[in-house]
Amino acid sequence: MIYLQLFLSYLKIGFFGFGGGYAMISLIYNEVVVQNGWLTAEELADVTAISQMTPGPIAINCATYVGYTVTGNALGSLLATLAVCLPSLTLMMLATKFYFKLRNNRQFKGAMDGMQPMMIGLILSSALMLFGESTFIDWKSWVIFAGCFIASVKRVNPILLIVLSAVAGIILY
Amino acid sequence: MIPLIEAEMIQKRGWLTREEFINQLTIAQSIPGPIALNTAVFVGYKTRGAKGALAALVGVVIPSFIIILLIATTFTNFKDNATVAAAFKGMRPAVVALIAAPLISMSKGMSWWKIALALGASVVIWLLGVSPIWFIFVGAIVGIMWSFRPEGLNDRKEGEQ
Repeated sequence: MIYLQLFLSYLKIGFFGFGGGYAMISLIYNEVVVQNGWLTAEELADVTAISQMTPGPIAINCATYVGYTVTGNALGSLLATLAVCLPSLTLMMLATKFYFKLRNNRQFKGAMDGMQPMMIGLILSSALMLFGESTFIDWKSWVIFAGCFIASVKRVNPILLIVLSAVAGIILY
Repeated sequence: MIPLIEAEMIQKRGWLTREEFINQLTIAQSIPGPIALNTAVFVGYKTRGAKGALAALVGVVIPSFIIILLIATTFTNFKDNATVAAAFKGMRPAVVALIAAPLISMSKGMSWWKIALALGASVVIWLLGVSPIWFIFVGAIVGIMWSFRPEGLNDRKEGEQ
């Protein structure tokens, strides 16, 4: 049952989606590309590029997109999007209620500290997984990569960089 | 998105004070899920309880949902267009660069063993296809175990931060 599988996968992504969008790509990749084969690495890179240019969190955009491509209808989109939101909704309401207790709790703080280096690992793995023969096709890809990397470290707006790299792609290929 | 939320919630609507805004950002970052979503749930819940949380969530999701659904339904029609294909060839390495770039500032000041741990985790996730969930688990459990250490053991780890 594809709908149930889609729902469970995105529930998992939502529930373990610590550390922001880029760390979540690692999780999304594992569910969507490795375990279920719903998208290729190249397609996930495309969805990420589209997400960068459109408003809204990557996880939501990806859920809506994958939900549609996997089932071919809007119901799939709706289910995947709902699934990725549910953990946020429930956990955040609990956290709001117990915030002051949580904040001073040593174990909670410990868990957060312990996860921090893992988040860096997750973000790095997101980059490594989207890097491959289908996304880096020749030396021009490397030039675009290097340019965007340096510009991004220097805090150039990411939307601008995506648009510029699209223009570069049209000119170069 | 954060400056946008700040302007709407504090200045325009007065639903949050500045201090509450900072607090909610801290919680939103420690709870799984997109930060924009978590922030919406916080404000909604604080002002109108569970119904408010739900309303805020729906409000923040609908624009993304509609835009992406439109793109998903039409993308297959122009995916094979030569210009669109060339644009995506340019954007793919850019996406990888955008993901990787923040790592530079994030890893600044981190101890070498934490960086080694992060490197190790990323390679195992990347090459062996191991689910990142295991690493999140292990990190949380080790962190919790470390928090049970006796008071006197506040050694070098504290000085790093």
